[in-house]
Amino acid sequence: MLRVRDEGHARRSLAVKAPRTMADLLQRVAANGDVEAFKALFETYAPRVKSYMLRQGADPATAEELAQETLLAVWRKAALYSDEKGSATTWIFTIARNLRIDRLRKEVAWQPLPENNDERASEDPGPDEELSERERGERVRATLAELPPDQSEVVNLAFIEGLSHSEIAKRLGLPLGTVKSRMRLAYQKIRGALEDLR
Amino acid sequence: MTITHHPDIATLMCCSAGSQPEACAAVIASHLAVCPQCRAEARKMQKIGVALFDSLEPETVAVPPPVATMRAAEADTPEKSEPCVLSAGEIPQFLVSCVGPCLDRMSWDPVARGLWTHAIALSPGACGDLRLLKVEPGAAFPDHTHVGWELTLVLRGSYSDEFGTFLPGDVADLDEDTHHNPVACAQNGCICLMASEHKHPLFSGADRAK
Repeated sequence: MLRVRDEGHARRSLAVKAPRTMADLLQRVAANGDVEAFKALFETYAPRVKSYMLRQGADPATAEELAQETLLAVWRKAALYSDEKGSATTWIFTIARNLRIDRLRKEVAWQPLPENNDERASEDPGPDEELSERERGERVRATLAELPPDQSEVVNLAFIEGLSHSEIAKRLGLPLGTVKSRMRLAYQKIRGALEDLR
Repeated sequence: MTITHHPDIATLMCCSAGSQPEACAAVIASHLAVCPQCRAEARKMQKIGVALFDSLEPETVAVPPPVATMRAAEADTPEKSEPCVLSAGEIPQFLVSCVGPCLDRMSWDPVARGLWTHAIALSPGACGDLRLLKVEPGAAFPDHTHVGWELTLVLRGSYSDEFGTFLPGDVADLDEDTHHNPVACAQNGCICLMASEHKHPLFSGADRAK
């Protein structure tokens, strides 16, 4: 799985388009402490992590600091990553999410990093994995884009603005039951789109 | 472990988003540790977060940290494994640091006849309440009119109410204004992990006496 160090400049394409490249970069960081690979990861992910932190309510200085810190954690924890744990983006997003809970909410992030799951093996078999991982991501994005506005709104408030379902209900002036049923409907569509693929 | 009662999909989604309160996240994480079905759902939900994250408009960020800073950060060696399984003592591993490794050896504070509790400290400023409850065989849980959400995970024994029987691994995910009358199993009683939006007044005395 490891690539030779001087294979050329790290490609700068987006994680979306080249999940394999991102996973390789991460593995190069893990195996060799490859600074060039890290810089390429930084350029791809730090701007998105900063954007995420801003949407979660951080001021610009804090968002910048948390973006730096997230990527520094990627450098530090790279050895814990393996592609069995999902895409590089999933892993880095989880680090960012947990750092947000820790710093912006000042609470303990109980959700661990993605672990090795025995279930995963049967879920995504072998060499098709990169393709299916990418295809899954695209399906989810496409389904999200097609959600009715009221469902899309609650999903965004939860995932991007960091509101709990009770907070969403308060923000929108809706009964909690309505918020929950919109989330359930949105998820049914996502799940349907993912199952279709298998 | 056969699990029949799972958390609401919306609760799982908000936990995957990292937006539920800490007490709620703790109970869900404990359920996920023993429930492969909900873990599979949570993995799909994570793809929602990742897809939305991926489509955010990138913001300009300063240059990467200098190599010296990166090297210095390495000194902070990462935890070898992330906690995620039930310990042998039926206590979710990440709670072991709060309550010890074994349900039989931890300390309990008496609340009422047949009822003990062990409060679990949350981060300062976190809203909600997290605690273990021990109910003796056949005893009823305390008066149950909640004024907020409540999430309960059975760790040992069982209890029954209007919604069915809850065995180890089962979760009751209840909204405000839900009325139920849980009674602990007549043979084994019940030990559960409970998160709630507001602390039940009954526990204030027991927590203070500590």
